[in-house]
Amino acid sequence: MKNAGIIIVGAGEAGARAAIDLRAKGHVGSLTLVGEEAHAPYERPPLSKAVIVGAAPPVLPAIADAAALADHGVKRLAGVSVLAIDCAARTASLSDGRTLGYDVLVLATGARPRKLSLPGAEAAMTLRTYEDSLALRANFARGRKIVIIGGGFIGLELAASARALGCDVAVIEAAPRILMRVVPAPIADIVAARHRQAGVEIRTDAGVARMERADGRIVVLLVDGGVIAADCVVAGIGAIPETTLAAAAGLQIDNGVAVDGQLRTSDPNIYAIGDCASFPHPLYNGLRVRLEAWRNALDHGSFVAASILGETGVYQAVPWFWSDQYDLCLQIAGIAGEGPQTVERDLGDGALMLFHLNNDGRLAAASAVGPLGKIAKEIRLAEMLIARRAEPAAAALASPSVKLKSLLSA
Amino acid sequence: MAEGWVDACASDGVDQEDVIRFDHAGKTYAIYRTEDDQYFATDGLCTHEQVHLADGLVMGAIIECPKHNGRFDFRTGAAKGAPVCVNLATWPVRVEGGRVFLKIG
Repeated sequence: MKNAGIIIVGAGEAGARAAIDLRAKGHVGSLTLVGEEAHAPYERPPLSKAVIVGAAPPVLPAIADAAALADHGVKRLAGVSVLAIDCAARTASLSDGRTLGYDVLVLATGARPRKLSLPGAEAAMTLRTYEDSLALRANFARGRKIVIIGGGFIGLELAASARALGCDVAVIEAAPRILMRVVPAPIADIVAARHRQAGVEIRTDAGVARMERADGRIVVLLVDGGVIAADCVVAGIGAIPETTLAAAAGLQIDNGVAVDGQLRTSDPNIYAIGDCASFPHPLYNGLRVRLEAWRNALDHGSFVAASILGETGVYQAVPWFWSDQYDLCLQIAGIAGEGPQTVERDLGDGALMLFHLNNDGRLAAASAVGPLGKIAKEIRLAEMLIARRAEPAAAALASPSVKLKSLLSA
Repeated sequence: MAEGWVDACASDGVDQEDVIRFDHAGKTYAIYRTEDDQYFATDGLCTHEQVHLADGLVMGAIIECPKHNGRFDFRTGAAKGAPVCVNLATWPVRVEGGRVFLKIG
Protein backbone atom coordinates (compact mmCIF):
# COMPACT_ATOMS: atom_id res chain seq x y z
CA MET A 1 0.00 0.00 0.00
CA LYS A 2 3.01 2.29 -0.31
CA ASN A 3 1.46 4.03 -3.34
CA ALA A 4 -2.05 4.38 -1.95
CA GLY A 5 -3.72 7.77 -1.83
CA ILE A 6 -4.42 8.48 1.81
CA ILE A 7 -6.67 11.08 3.43
CA ILE A 8 -6.39 11.71 7.15
CA VAL A 9 -9.40 13.48 8.63
CA GLY A 10 -8.38 15.44 11.71
CA ALA A 11 -5.03 17.14 12.29
CA GLY A 12 -4.58 16.67 16.03
CA GLU A 13 -1.98 14.48 17.73
CA ALA A 14 -3.20 11.21 16.20
CA GLY A 15 -3.73 12.51 12.68
CA ALA A 16 -0.48 14.45 12.51
CA ARG A 17 1.49 11.53 13.94
CA ALA A 18 -0.06 9.15 11.42
CA ALA A 19 0.93 11.46 8.57
CA ILE A 20 4.51 11.89 9.75
CA ASP A 21 4.95 8.19 10.48
CA LEU A 22 3.49 7.10 7.15
CA ARG A 23 6.25 9.02 5.42
CA ALA A 24 8.89 7.88 7.91
CA LYS A 25 7.89 4.27 7.23
CA GLY A 26 8.19 4.70 3.47
CA HIS A 27 4.76 5.61 2.18
CA VAL A 28 5.20 7.32 -1.21
CA GLY A 29 1.59 7.87 -2.33
CA SER A 30 -0.32 11.09 -1.84
CA LEU A 31 -1.02 12.09 1.74
CA THR A 32 -3.60 14.72 2.63
CA LEU A 33 -4.15 15.92 6.19
CA VAL A 34 -7.51 17.66 6.52
CA GLY A 35 -8.28 19.60 9.67
CA GLU A 36 -10.91 22.18 10.47
CA GLU A 37 -8.59 24.27 12.63
CA ALA A 38 -6.51 26.96 10.95
CA HIS A 39 -3.34 26.17 12.90
CA ALA A 40 -0.51 23.78 12.32
CA PRO A 41 -1.12 20.51 14.21
CA TYR A 42 -0.47 21.09 17.90
CA GLU A 43 -0.29 19.25 21.21
CA ARG A 44 -3.33 19.65 23.42
CA PRO A 45 -1.95 18.82 26.89
CA PRO A 46 -0.36 22.30 27.34
CA LEU A 47 -3.72 23.99 26.66
CA SER A 48 -4.83 23.60 30.30
CA LYS A 49 -1.39 24.46 31.69
CA ALA A 50 1.54 26.16 29.92
CA VAL A 51 -0.51 28.04 27.32
CA ILE A 52 -2.59 29.61 30.11
CA VAL A 53 0.10 30.34 32.70
CA GLY A 54 3.11 30.85 30.42
CA ALA A 55 4.76 34.22 29.80
CA ALA A 56 3.23 36.48 27.17
CA PRO A 57 2.81 36.07 24.31
CA PRO A 58 1.39 32.54 24.40
CA VAL A 59 2.93 30.10 21.94
CA LEU A 60 1.15 27.41 19.94
CA PRO A 61 2.62 24.04 21.05
CA ALA A 62 3.07 22.90 17.45
CA ILE A 63 3.81 19.27 16.56
CA ALA A 64 4.91 20.07 13.03
CA ASP A 65 4.62 23.44 11.30
CA ALA A 66 3.61 23.95 7.69
CA ALA A 67 7.21 23.77 6.49
CA ALA A 68 7.86 20.51 8.33
CA LEU A 69 4.71 18.94 6.90
CA ALA A 70 5.67 20.12 3.42
CA ASP A 71 9.11 18.55 3.95
CA HIS A 72 7.33 15.28 4.70
CA GLY A 73 5.29 15.66 1.53
CA VAL A 74 2.06 16.01 3.49
CA LYS A 75 -0.61 18.13 1.84
CA ARG A 76 -2.22 20.07 4.67
CA LEU A 77 -5.73 21.40 4.20
CA ALA A 78 -6.22 23.79 7.12
CA GLY A 79 -9.56 25.30 8.01
CA VAL A 80 -11.29 22.64 5.93
CA SER A 81 -13.66 19.99 7.19
CA VAL A 82 -14.87 16.78 5.62
CA LEU A 83 -18.64 16.93 5.19
CA ALA A 84 -19.30 13.41 3.98
CA ILE A 85 -17.60 10.16 3.04
CA ASP A 86 -18.87 7.92 0.26
CA CYS A 87 -17.47 4.51 1.16
CA ALA A 88 -18.55 2.85 -2.07
CA ALA A 89 -17.06 5.52 -4.34
CA ARG A 90 -14.14 6.06 -1.92
CA THR A 91 -14.51 9.83 -1.97
CA ALA A 92 -14.61 12.55 0.66
CA SER A 93 -16.58 15.78 0.16
CA LEU A 94 -14.87 18.83 1.62
CA SER A 95 -16.29 22.07 3.00
CA ASP A 96 -14.37 23.98 0.30
CA GLY A 97 -16.54 22.31 -2.33
CA ARG A 98 -14.01 19.79 -3.56
CA THR A 99 -14.34 16.02 -3.62
CA LEU A 100 -11.18 13.96 -3.05
CA GLY A 101 -10.73 10.29 -3.89
CA TYR A 102 -8.87 7.95 -1.57
CA ASP A 103 -7.58 4.42 -1.31
CA VAL A 104 -7.33 4.60 2.47
CA LEU A 105 -9.00 7.07 4.81
CA VAL A 106 -8.09 7.60 8.46
CA LEU A 107 -10.59 9.15 10.86
CA ALA A 108 -8.82 11.11 13.58
CA THR A 109 -11.72 13.38 14.42
CA GLY A 110 -11.15 13.49 18.18
CA ALA A 111 -13.77 14.40 20.74
CA ARG A 112 -15.68 17.52 21.69
CA PRO A 113 -16.39 18.81 25.19
CA ARG A 114 -19.62 17.63 26.71
CA LYS A 115 -21.93 20.60 27.27
CA LEU A 116 -23.85 21.25 30.43
CA SER A 117 -27.54 20.69 30.10
CA LEU A 118 -29.22 23.20 32.37
CA PRO A 119 -30.72 26.69 32.15
CA GLY A 120 -28.03 29.27 31.39
CA ALA A 121 -25.50 26.61 30.41
CA GLU A 122 -24.22 28.71 27.51
CA ALA A 123 -22.45 30.96 30.02
CA ALA A 124 -19.92 28.19 30.71
CA MET A 125 -16.72 28.04 28.68
CA THR A 126 -15.12 24.75 27.65
CA LEU A 127 -11.62 23.71 26.61
CA ARG A 128 -10.63 21.80 23.51
CA THR A 129 -8.82 24.11 21.11
CA TYR A 130 -5.98 26.60 21.25
CA GLU A 131 -8.55 29.42 20.91
CA ASP A 132 -10.44 28.03 23.92
CA SER A 133 -7.19 28.09 25.86
CA LEU A 134 -6.42 31.69 24.87
CA ALA A 135 -9.93 32.71 25.92
CA LEU A 136 -9.41 31.11 29.34
CA ARG A 137 -6.03 32.79 29.63
CA ALA A 138 -7.72 36.15 29.01
CA ASN A 139 -10.32 35.38 31.68
CA PHE A 140 -7.98 34.07 34.37
CA ALA A 141 -6.90 37.47 35.67
CA ARG A 142 -5.72 38.07 39.23
CA GLY A 143 -8.53 38.39 41.76
CA ARG A 144 -11.26 37.10 39.46
CA LYS A 145 -13.67 34.45 40.68
CA ILE A 146 -13.49 31.30 38.58
CA VAL A 147 -16.00 28.49 39.01
CA ILE A 148 -15.01 25.18 37.49
CA ILE A 149 -17.72 22.59 37.03
CA GLY A 150 -16.23 19.11 37.07
CA GLY A 151 -13.39 17.71 39.20
CA GLY A 152 -11.69 15.60 36.53
CA PHE A 153 -8.26 16.10 34.98
CA ILE A 154 -9.19 19.12 32.85
CA GLY A 155 -11.13 20.87 35.61
CA LEU A 156 -8.40 20.35 38.19
CA GLU A 157 -5.58 21.35 35.85
CA LEU A 158 -7.51 24.53 35.07
CA ALA A 159 -8.07 25.12 38.79
CA ALA A 160 -4.31 24.87 39.38
CA SER A 161 -3.59 27.21 36.47
CA ALA A 162 -6.15 29.73 37.68
CA ARG A 163 -4.67 29.67 41.18
CA ALA A 164 -1.19 30.16 39.74
CA LEU A 165 -2.51 33.34 38.12
CA GLY A 166 -4.01 34.58 41.39
CA CYS A 167 -7.65 33.79 40.74
CA ASP A 168 -10.16 32.82 43.42
CA VAL A 169 -11.21 29.30 42.43
CA ALA A 170 -14.10 26.98 43.30
CA VAL A 171 -14.49 23.47 41.86
CA ILE A 172 -18.01 22.01 41.77
CA GLU A 173 -18.12 18.22 41.55
CA ALA A 174 -21.33 16.21 41.33
CA ALA A 175 -19.76 12.98 42.64
CA PRO A 176 -18.82 12.32 46.28
CA ARG A 177 -15.16 13.05 45.47
CA ILE A 178 -12.96 14.43 42.70
CA LEU A 179 -11.40 12.19 40.02
CA MET A 180 -14.12 9.62 40.66
CA ARG A 181 -13.78 7.87 37.32
CA VAL A 182 -10.02 8.23 37.04
CA VAL A 183 -8.13 7.26 40.20
CA PRO A 184 -8.87 5.50 43.51
CA ALA A 185 -9.79 7.48 46.60
CA PRO A 186 -6.37 7.50 48.33
CA ILE A 187 -4.82 9.25 45.34
CA ALA A 188 -7.76 11.59 44.83
CA ASP A 189 -7.49 12.54 48.52
CA ILE A 190 -3.87 13.64 48.06
CA VAL A 191 -4.82 15.71 45.02
CA ALA A 192 -7.78 17.28 46.83
CA ALA A 193 -5.58 18.16 49.81
CA ARG A 194 -3.05 19.83 47.52
CA HIS A 195 -5.80 21.94 45.92
CA ARG A 196 -7.18 22.95 49.29
CA GLN A 197 -3.69 23.85 50.45
CA ALA A 198 -3.43 26.08 47.36
CA GLY A 199 -6.66 27.78 48.36
CA VAL A 200 -9.09 26.12 45.97
CA GLU A 201 -12.56 25.52 47.33
CA ILE A 202 -13.76 22.03 46.37
CA ARG A 203 -17.46 21.24 46.74
CA THR A 204 -18.37 17.60 46.19
CA ASP A 205 -21.85 16.07 45.93
CA ALA A 206 -22.74 19.43 44.46
CA GLY A 207 -25.01 19.89 41.47
CA VAL A 208 -25.55 23.06 39.49
CA ALA A 209 -29.23 23.91 39.03
CA ARG A 210 -28.86 26.87 36.69
CA MET A 211 -26.77 29.88 35.80
CA GLU A 212 -27.84 33.49 35.32
CA ARG A 213 -26.05 36.56 34.10
CA ALA A 214 -26.34 39.56 36.41
CA ASP A 215 -24.33 42.78 36.64
CA GLY A 216 -21.62 41.47 34.33
CA ARG A 217 -21.16 38.34 36.41
CA ILE A 218 -22.42 34.79 36.20
CA VAL A 219 -24.48 33.62 39.16
CA VAL A 220 -24.17 29.88 39.67
CA LEU A 221 -27.13 28.45 41.59
CA LEU A 222 -26.51 25.08 43.16
CA VAL A 223 -29.07 22.34 43.72
CA ASP A 224 -28.56 22.59 47.49
CA GLY A 225 -29.50 26.27 47.41
CA GLY A 226 -25.92 27.59 47.41
CA VAL A 227 -25.10 30.59 45.25
CA ILE A 228 -21.72 31.54 43.81
CA ALA A 229 -21.16 34.73 41.83
CA ALA A 230 -18.41 34.12 39.26
CA ASP A 231 -16.52 36.16 36.71
CA CYS A 232 -15.93 33.07 34.61
CA VAL A 233 -17.42 29.58 34.60
CA VAL A 234 -15.71 26.64 32.93
CA ALA A 235 -17.29 23.22 32.39
CA GLY A 236 -14.94 20.23 32.34
CA ILE A 237 -17.43 17.40 32.43
CA GLY A 238 -16.05 15.00 29.89
CA ALA A 239 -15.90 14.63 26.15
CA ILE A 240 -18.00 13.05 23.45
CA PRO A 241 -16.31 11.20 20.59
CA GLU A 242 -16.70 12.95 17.25
CA THR A 243 -18.49 10.24 15.28
CA THR A 244 -20.95 12.24 13.18
CA LEU A 245 -19.06 11.76 9.94
CA ALA A 246 -18.46 8.05 10.54
CA ALA A 247 -22.08 7.40 11.49
CA ALA A 248 -23.36 9.20 8.40
CA ALA A 249 -21.02 7.06 6.29
CA GLY A 250 -22.63 3.95 7.78
CA LEU A 251 -19.63 2.85 9.84
CA GLN A 252 -20.21 0.84 12.98
CA ILE A 253 -20.32 3.00 16.11
CA ASP A 254 -19.83 1.65 19.63
CA ASN A 255 -18.86 4.35 22.13
CA GLY A 256 -16.84 5.92 19.33
CA VAL A 257 -15.99 4.65 15.88
CA ALA A 258 -15.64 0.90 16.38
CA VAL A 259 -12.34 -0.51 15.08
CA ASP A 260 -10.64 -3.89 15.25
CA GLY A 261 -7.21 -4.75 16.63
CA GLN A 262 -5.59 -3.16 13.60
CA LEU A 263 -7.66 0.02 14.06
CA ARG A 264 -9.75 -0.74 10.99
CA THR A 265 -13.42 0.28 10.98
CA SER A 266 -16.29 -1.81 9.63
CA ASP A 267 -15.19 -0.53 6.18
CA PRO A 268 -11.80 -2.11 5.36
CA ASN A 269 -10.59 1.03 3.60
CA ILE A 270 -11.22 3.25 6.62
CA TYR A 271 -9.31 3.34 9.91
CA ALA A 272 -10.08 5.32 13.05
CA ILE A 273 -7.58 6.45 15.67
CA GLY A 274 -7.23 8.53 18.83
CA ASP A 275 -10.04 9.93 20.97
CA CYS A 276 -12.77 9.07 18.45
CA ALA A 277 -11.99 5.35 18.19
CA SER A 278 -13.04 2.44 20.39
CA PHE A 279 -10.98 -0.71 20.10
CA PRO A 280 -10.79 -4.15 21.71
CA HIS A 281 -7.88 -4.35 24.13
CA PRO A 282 -6.06 -7.71 24.21
CA LEU A 283 -4.69 -7.08 27.71
CA TYR A 284 -8.24 -6.89 29.08
CA ASN A 285 -9.87 -9.87 27.38
CA GLY A 286 -10.81 -7.80 24.37
CA LEU A 287 -12.70 -5.24 26.42
CA ARG A 288 -13.69 -2.43 24.06
CA VAL A 289 -12.09 0.80 25.26
CA ARG A 290 -11.98 4.38 24.04
CA LEU A 291 -9.17 6.42 25.51
CA GLU A 292 -9.05 10.21 25.67
CA ALA A 293 -5.33 10.44 26.12
CA TRP A 294 -2.32 12.04 24.50
CA ARG A 295 -0.21 8.89 24.53
CA ASN A 296 -2.98 6.80 23.00
CA ALA A 297 -3.36 9.35 20.20
CA LEU A 298 0.36 9.26 19.49
CA ASP A 299 0.59 5.47 19.66
CA HIS A 300 -2.51 5.03 17.50
CA GLY A 301 -1.05 7.41 14.91
CA SER A 302 2.19 5.44 14.72
CA PHE A 303 0.42 2.09 14.76
CA VAL A 304 -2.06 2.92 12.01
CA ALA A 305 0.79 4.04 9.76
CA ALA A 306 2.42 0.62 10.14
CA SER A 307 -0.94 -1.13 9.81
CA ILE A 308 -1.77 0.66 6.53
CA LEU A 309 1.64 -0.27 5.17
CA GLY A 310 0.97 -3.95 5.75
CA GLU A 311 2.18 -4.82 9.25
CA THR A 312 -0.16 -7.33 10.82
CA GLY A 313 0.27 -6.78 14.55
CA VAL A 314 -2.56 -6.06 16.96
CA TYR A 315 -2.65 -2.82 18.92
CA GLN A 316 -1.98 -3.62 22.56
CA ALA A 317 -0.13 -0.65 24.06
CA VAL A 318 -0.77 -0.29 27.79
CA PRO A 319 -3.16 2.67 28.32
CA TRP A 320 -1.26 5.53 29.92
CA PHE A 321 -2.51 8.81 31.34
CA TRP A 322 -0.97 11.71 33.15
CA SER A 323 -1.91 14.99 34.76
CA ASP A 324 0.16 17.79 36.29
CA GLN A 325 -1.30 20.03 38.98
CA TYR A 326 1.01 22.40 40.87
CA ASP A 327 4.12 20.37 41.74
CA LEU A 328 2.07 17.15 41.81
CA CYS A 329 2.22 14.63 39.01
CA LEU A 330 -0.30 11.87 38.48
CA GLN A 331 0.43 8.95 36.23
CA ILE A 332 -1.72 5.93 35.49
CA ALA A 333 -0.79 2.85 33.49
CA GLY A 334 -3.48 0.36 32.57
CA ILE A 335 -7.19 0.39 33.34
CA ALA A 336 -7.68 0.66 37.09
CA GLY A 337 -11.30 -0.48 36.90
CA GLU A 338 -10.10 -3.89 35.66
CA GLY A 339 -8.18 -4.52 38.87
CA PRO A 340 -10.46 -4.75 41.90
CA GLN A 341 -7.72 -5.79 44.37
CA THR A 342 -5.63 -2.79 45.43
CA VAL A 343 -2.12 -2.87 46.90
CA GLU A 344 -0.49 0.31 48.23
CA ARG A 345 3.21 1.15 48.00
CA ASP A 346 4.70 4.13 49.81
CA LEU A 347 7.17 5.85 47.47
CA GLY A 348 8.38 8.37 50.07
CA ASP A 349 8.26 12.18 49.96
CA GLY A 350 4.48 12.01 50.11
CA ALA A 351 4.30 10.00 46.90
CA LEU A 352 1.85 7.11 46.79
CA MET A 353 1.46 4.28 44.32
CA LEU A 354 -1.45 1.87 44.00
CA PHE A 355 -1.40 -1.42 42.13
CA HIS A 356 -4.62 -2.86 40.78
CA LEU A 357 -4.70 -6.64 40.45
CA ASN A 358 -7.47 -8.55 38.73
CA ASN A 359 -9.13 -11.63 40.20
CA ASP A 360 -6.49 -13.91 38.66
CA GLY A 361 -3.72 -11.97 40.39
CA ARG A 362 -2.63 -10.29 37.18
CA LEU A 363 -1.50 -6.67 37.31
CA ALA A 364 -4.20 -4.69 35.47
CA ALA A 365 -3.13 -1.16 36.32
CA ALA A 366 -1.04 1.07 38.55
CA SER A 367 -1.62 4.66 39.55
CA ALA A 368 0.63 7.07 41.40
CA VAL A 369 0.77 10.64 42.63
CA GLY A 370 3.72 12.67 43.84
CA PRO A 371 6.81 14.45 42.53
CA LEU A 372 7.70 13.35 39.00
CA GLY A 373 11.06 11.98 40.13
CA LYS A 374 9.34 9.70 42.64
CA ILE A 375 6.62 8.22 40.47
CA ALA A 376 7.63 8.17 36.80
CA LYS A 377 10.17 5.32 36.91
CA GLU A 378 7.85 3.19 39.01
CA ILE A 379 4.86 3.71 36.73
CA ARG A 380 7.01 2.92 33.71
CA LEU A 381 8.10 -0.36 35.31
CA ALA A 382 4.50 -1.13 36.22
CA GLU A 383 3.56 -0.49 32.61
CA MET A 384 6.08 -3.11 31.50
CA LEU A 385 4.75 -5.57 34.07
CA ILE A 386 1.20 -4.99 32.80
CA ALA A 387 2.31 -5.52 29.20
CA ARG A 388 3.90 -8.83 30.23
CA ARG A 389 0.71 -9.93 31.97
CA ALA A 390 2.75 -10.33 35.13
CA GLU A 391 1.26 -11.76 38.31
CA PRO A 392 3.47 -10.13 40.94
CA ALA A 393 3.09 -11.08 44.59
CA ALA A 394 1.09 -8.49 46.50
CA ALA A 395 3.67 -8.52 49.28
CA ALA A 396 6.45 -7.59 46.84
CA LEU A 397 4.40 -4.75 45.39
CA ALA A 398 3.65 -3.39 48.85
CA SER A 399 7.27 -3.41 49.96
CA PRO A 400 9.32 -0.36 48.90
CA SER A 401 12.48 -2.37 49.52
CA VAL A 402 11.63 -4.75 46.65
CA LYS A 403 12.64 -3.01 43.43
CA LEU A 404 9.97 -3.20 40.74
CA LYS A 405 12.75 -3.74 38.21
CA SER A 406 13.55 -7.02 39.94
CA LEU A 407 9.99 -8.24 39.31
CA LEU A 408 10.44 -7.82 35.56
CA SER A 409 12.86 -10.70 35.36
CA ALA A 410 10.77 -12.88 37.69
CA MET B 1 42.77 16.12 36.19
CA ALA B 2 43.31 18.19 33.06
CA GLU B 3 41.56 21.43 32.36
CA GLY B 4 37.86 21.36 31.62
CA TRP B 5 37.10 18.21 33.63
CA VAL B 6 34.63 18.68 36.46
CA ASP B 7 34.36 16.34 39.45
CA ALA B 8 30.68 15.37 39.31
CA CYS B 9 30.04 12.56 41.79
CA ALA B 10 31.32 9.36 43.35
CA SER B 11 31.30 6.44 40.93
CA ASP B 12 29.06 4.52 43.32
CA GLY B 13 26.76 7.55 43.58
CA VAL B 14 24.97 6.19 40.50
CA ASP B 15 23.38 2.77 40.68
CA GLN B 16 23.91 0.25 37.91
CA GLU B 17 21.46 0.77 35.04
CA ASP B 18 20.42 4.11 36.49
CA VAL B 19 20.87 7.86 36.16
CA ILE B 20 21.39 10.87 38.39
CA ARG B 21 21.05 14.58 37.87
CA PHE B 22 24.13 16.82 38.11
CA ASP B 23 23.96 20.62 38.05
CA HIS B 24 27.01 22.72 37.24
CA ALA B 25 27.49 26.38 36.31
CA GLY B 26 23.83 27.00 35.67
CA LYS B 27 23.37 23.92 33.49
CA THR B 28 21.88 20.54 34.28
CA TYR B 29 23.29 17.19 33.17
CA ALA B 30 22.36 13.54 33.46
CA ILE B 31 25.02 10.96 34.38
CA TYR B 32 24.36 7.32 33.52
CA ARG B 33 25.89 4.05 34.65
CA THR B 34 25.29 0.90 32.62
CA GLU B 35 24.94 -2.58 34.02
CA ASP B 36 28.58 -3.25 33.12
CA ASP B 37 29.78 -0.07 34.87
CA GLN B 38 30.33 2.19 31.91
CA TYR B 39 29.53 5.85 32.55
CA PHE B 40 27.99 8.37 30.15
CA ALA B 41 26.70 11.93 30.38
CA THR B 42 24.17 13.96 28.43
CA ASP B 43 22.36 17.25 28.76
CA GLY B 44 19.93 16.91 31.64
CA LEU B 45 16.73 18.10 30.00
CA CYS B 46 14.64 16.29 27.42
CA THR B 47 14.67 17.98 24.01
CA HIS B 48 10.86 17.74 23.79
CA GLU B 49 9.87 19.69 26.89
CA GLN B 50 11.95 20.93 29.78
CA VAL B 51 11.85 17.78 31.85
CA HIS B 52 14.74 16.30 33.87
CA LEU B 53 15.78 13.02 32.30
CA ALA B 54 17.26 11.89 35.61
CA ASP B 55 13.65 11.35 36.75
CA GLY B 56 13.23 8.80 33.95
CA LEU B 57 13.94 5.10 33.65
CA VAL B 58 17.15 3.59 32.27
CA MET B 59 16.83 0.33 30.37
CA GLY B 60 20.01 -0.94 28.78
CA ALA B 61 21.46 2.07 26.95
CA ILE B 62 18.12 3.87 26.70
CA ILE B 63 16.90 6.71 28.89
CA GLU B 64 13.18 7.42 28.76
CA CYS B 65 11.80 10.86 29.48
CA PRO B 66 9.62 10.57 32.62
CA LYS B 67 6.88 12.69 31.16
CA HIS B 68 6.21 11.52 27.64
CA ASN B 69 8.45 8.47 27.27
CA GLY B 70 10.59 10.02 24.57
CA ARG B 71 13.61 7.74 24.24
CA PHE B 72 17.29 8.48 23.74
CA ASP B 73 20.37 6.29 23.44
CA PHE B 74 22.41 7.98 26.16
CA ARG B 75 25.71 6.73 24.69
CA THR B 76 25.20 8.76 21.50
CA GLY B 77 22.36 11.11 22.42
CA ALA B 78 20.32 9.79 19.47
CA ALA B 79 16.55 10.37 19.70
CA LYS B 80 14.71 7.06 19.27
CA GLY B 81 11.27 8.11 18.11
CA ALA B 82 8.18 10.21 18.81
CA PRO B 83 7.63 12.51 20.52
CA VAL B 84 11.33 13.32 20.52
CA CYS B 85 13.12 14.08 17.27
CA VAL B 86 16.02 16.30 18.41
CA ASN B 87 19.12 14.47 19.65
CA LEU B 88 20.60 15.04 23.10
CA ALA B 89 24.03 16.57 23.52
CA THR B 90 26.51 14.13 25.08
CA TRP B 91 29.59 14.92 27.18
CA PRO B 92 32.88 13.07 27.70
CA VAL B 93 33.16 11.12 30.95
CA ARG B 94 36.18 9.70 32.84
CA VAL B 95 36.21 7.67 36.00
CA GLU B 96 39.30 7.96 38.21
CA GLY B 97 39.89 7.17 41.86
CA GLY B 98 36.25 6.38 42.50
CA ARG B 99 35.09 9.72 41.09
CA VAL B 100 33.20 10.54 37.89
CA PHE B 101 34.49 13.52 35.89
CA LEU B 102 32.64 15.31 33.08
CA LYS B 103 34.39 17.41 30.44
CA ILE B 104 32.03 20.36 30.62
CA GLY B 105 34.32 23.11 31.91
